[in-house]
Amino acid sequence: MTLFSVAFYILASVIIISTGIAITRRNLVHAAVYLIISFFGSAMLFYLLGAPLLAALEVIIYAGAIMVLFLFIIMMLDEEKLEEKFFPIHQWTPAAVMSGLFVAVAALIISGDSDSQVQLQAFTAEPASFGRYLFQKHWLAIEIVSLLLLIALIGVLYLGRDVRKNNPK
Amino acid sequence: MIVPYSHVISLTGILFLMGMFCAVTRRNLIMVLLGLEIMLNAVAIAFVGAALRWQHLEGQAVAIFILAIAAAEVSIGLALIVCAYKRLGSVDPEAYN
Repeated sequence: MTLFSVAFYILASVIIISTGIAITRRNLVHAAVYLIISFFGSAMLFYLLGAPLLAALEVIIYAGAIMVLFLFIIMMLDEEKLEEKFFPIHQWTPAAVMSGLFVAVAALIISGDSDSQVQLQAFTAEPASFGRYLFQKHWLAIEIVSLLLLIALIGVLYLGRDVRKNNPK
Repeated sequence: MIVPYSHVISLTGILFLMGMFCAVTRRNLIMVLLGLEIMLNAVAIAFVGAALRWQHLEGQAVAIFILAIAAAEVSIGLALIVCAYKRLGSVDPEAYN
């Protein structure tokens, strides 16, 4: 057990426990805040796995932007009206079947692949060289993703327009 | 030496399963969207682990695209939820039938 592997198991348990708490909360604000902890853990995990740029982006985009957006929407919608029937029983059957299938297939794949026992070697992708790689090899995908974000922006503006102003009836 | 590759894949499998479970069983569109976020995050971790396994930057590049797509998806999804809530006054998916 090196220091790296101890850090990995601590981070993995933090991520799994906080995600497990998050998906069982009835209160949406608590769920979002627990998920922020989980995303911070994921960011640390990215750093451990040698992706410092992705770790920073995970904190900025996931824990910063996306979860704050969720919190805005949760507080904007009237929270008292958001009472839900908690885990209704007729939804358990498909969920249990899917989960069982998933666990079986994943266990088969992981145990059947002798290659998966290989130890990971520590390796860090420097942000500068990673950025250069990204813009040299994947410039077209970057453009497509930026177009996708623009389309999302236009779509959200269209969805959020004031309908009453357009049809005064 | 960090850990065996299978442990990283098992972690992402458990996370993906949790996200899937959240998306399937919760009766609240916001929680469904949170489940999707958990699933996307698990896949990003898997890609970064694979990038470390093969010592290649391709996996990290895909993880960046996953981040961008998650941001686009969550903005559109939340706008749709707010739209539906304004019309029907509910975020329960069963109310939309």
